[in-house]
Amino acid sequence: MAQDDPTMPDREFEPGAQPENPGRRNLLKGAGLVGAAAIGGSGALIAQQPSPAQNEPAPVREALEVLTAAEVETLEVICDCLIPSDELGPGAREARAAHFIDRALAGPDADDLEAFRIGLAAVEDYARTVVGKPFSQIIRDRQESILLALQQNKLDGFMPSAAGFFNLLRNHTINGTFCDPYYGGNRDFVGWDMIRYPGVRIGASERDVELGADLPPNHQSAYDYLPYTKTDGRGGANRA
Amino acid sequence: MPRRLEGADVVIVGLGAAGGVASLPLARAGLKVIGLEAGGWLGPRDFGPDELRNNYRNWPQAVQKCAGEAPTVRATASDRAVQGGHPMMNAVGGTSMHYWAQSWRLNPWDFEVASATRRRYGAGRIPAGSTVEDWPFGYEELEPFYDLVEHTVGVSGQAGNVLGDIDRRGNIFEGERRRPYPMQPLRASPFTELMGAAARGLDWNPFQGPAAITTEAYDGRPPCQYHGFCSRGGCHVRSKSSTAFTAIPKAQETGNLEVVPYARVTRVVAGGDGRVTGVEYVKGNEHFYQPAQVVLLAGYTYENVRLLLLSESSAFPNGLANNSGQVGRHYLSHHQGAPVTALFDRDLHNWYGLPAQGVAIDEWADDNFDHGALDFIGGANLWVHTDRRPMSAVRMNTFGQTSRNWGSQWKAFIMKNADRSNSSYIQKTTLPYEDNYLDLDPEVKDPFGQPVIRITARYHENELRIAQFAQDKMEQWYREAGATHVTRSGLGNAMGASTHAYGGTRMGDDRETNVVDRWGFCHEVSNLGIVGASVMGTSGARNPTLTSQALSWRTADYLANNWSQVAE
Repeated sequence: MAQDDPTMPDREFEPGAQPENPGRRNLLKGAGLVGAAAIGGSGALIAQQPSPAQNEPAPVREALEVLTAAEVETLEVICDCLIPSDELGPGAREARAAHFIDRALAGPDADDLEAFRIGLAAVEDYARTVVGKPFSQIIRDRQESILLALQQNKLDGFMPSAAGFFNLLRNHTINGTFCDPYYGGNRDFVGWDMIRYPGVRIGASERDVELGADLPPNHQSAYDYLPYTKTDGRGGANRA
Repeated sequence: MPRRLEGADVVIVGLGAAGGVASLPLARAGLKVIGLEAGGWLGPRDFGPDELRNNYRNWPQAVQKCAGEAPTVRATASDRAVQGGHPMMNAVGGTSMHYWAQSWRLNPWDFEVASATRRRYGAGRIPAGSTVEDWPFGYEELEPFYDLVEHTVGVSGQAGNVLGDIDRRGNIFEGERRRPYPMQPLRASPFTELMGAAARGLDWNPFQGPAAITTEAYDGRPPCQYHGFCSRGGCHVRSKSSTAFTAIPKAQETGNLEVVPYARVTRVVAGGDGRVTGVEYVKGNEHFYQPAQVVLLAGYTYENVRLLLLSESSAFPNGLANNSGQVGRHYLSHHQGAPVTALFDRDLHNWYGLPAQGVAIDEWADDNFDHGALDFIGGANLWVHTDRRPMSAVRMNTFGQTSRNWGSQWKAFIMKNADRSNSSYIQKTTLPYEDNYLDLDPEVKDPFGQPVIRITARYHENELRIAQFAQDKMEQWYREAGATHVTRSGLGNAMGASTHAYGGTRMGDDRETNVVDRWGFCHEVSNLGIVGASVMGTSGARNPTLTSQALSWRTADYLANNWSQVAE
């Protein structure tokens, strides 16, 4: 059931008012997330191999599967507007949501590809026509007002509609930020850390539940657990 | 021509929650049973803890037979019907593989809604246009079969009424049961403790509802691990008591059940004498005819009705067992919508929960309270539970606290509140009406070119009034528990395709208004039985699966005990 709550009346809100919760300690580290991943992994069921050069991120090897370089450039900025990297920590950009979306549109969500192609081009057209610059180069306020106009269905040239395309963008960006990292988003578990989700476990004790967000995040993908990988390398020892 | 196979005693069409249960007493009685199932076998390794795959990409049901024949939906006969998704899945075990596993008995009132209402409030209180009838028997008749299913399949829970002894830890309104559940209920959590205490503060009687989920080692299966991927995810340790892990393997152990996966039944074949002789099915590129002395339809409500309507013959020109015109009538989908959602000022600790771990309130269900001054009959079961996962959590209601549902302000909100909201699950008495029905869609076809089912149905005033009443109670409960914000959803209109779809082949003694008799066999076709919620004439205010399983066991038991009378 959709519980989205689009445009509610403006009210004073305090982004600084955060719960005092040690479970969030990893959240504000930003670039330090590689280190946080190593901490979480040490207590997990499946030990992670320590990286030889601990402070250097692994090289990123990824092709765009269906979107063009220009489309992804626009999409990256839209994702960053929707779930920003800001003073509270990483967002959709660090999660690699646009990369996730490219993969999704190449496979399970191929039905949405045309809407993305048409929609991203229309956003770009709109920015160039009205502001005179590519979408990625205009100031954040203008980017946001274009997205707001999209959400409020005030623009033409989108499928199924401006608001419909906005919902697609939002849904895919959320998916790409908070999905299992197997799918190419939620990189380094930034999405799960953002909302203090302590991670995929195959069981949770009463004590785990009592700890709640204070439970140290384990930074495990579903597919770090042997039963769910295509092969366990040991002749099916985990067959239940 | 389809290839003719060797005959069976009984062919069961669909090995889900109901068909799986039916296979066991039949196989144990020594009957040769063939179970035709449109899906395949799945096991615990297929149920990874992956929210995107399970809950958003709908694996595995996205690639299912039922997905190609989803019903079309319209509120009234003057609307255009639109095809949506199908809420169920095909597999050995059917939707019992991945369902919430809440395993309620109906309350005694649900079996006698019409007469009890007339008796207590007068005939004028039965809503206009409703075709509700009493069941052909009362709760007591079904009680032994509820008990059999609870113990054979494995249901955990806290009894509230064992042989008349009322236990306030359980549902004090439940019908009398012969013995307690075979297992303790699912454990409490910080959230269930919070809501339970609030309910007691209101002088209500909170209790943990029953679940077809093990809470201790049971019948060779381990207990629930509370990992949080139960809903639509299937169980990674077989603690969810799907028929695929319980009744079906037990039936196979007898050597009398042959399971045929990936078999899509396209037609039930009737002879000129009005009896059925078997079914036709497609498997891959091959067409088969499976003769049987008795056919049991055990598909979901939409498929049971559809198969009857598609099986025209000279004896049944309007569809099998439909010379009375009753197939597709008395349809209802349970009013489970119109939730109330709350925001709290603290974490609720619900990351590792499940829909069946929760707190129930039955004070406002059925006829458990006086309706004298009210303008409806029936009521609602209030349920709050602990199910939460990241992708759905961040799609939370923002309770007017952010100007947009994106951007920095929204991000700050979900960072703080992802584990602080809760949405209730409110199941309401839903009645059948003259103008709510299933028939074949005149335009939309499945991949074989056969029409899909069309739902024409909407909630009537009685359901909407219950919804309003229940929302008041639910808000009161959340406020008592300290919720800082509460919102209500709309009350509902069209009855969409639902996981709680009832009727269409209603059970009753009157052959003018019902398709099957009190034993589940068609009035017009004595060797054609039907199991599943399509035989239920009322919904009660709780999940249908256990009742449909108890009815299924009862029908199979009757068949085994009266074989020559039914089959020959």
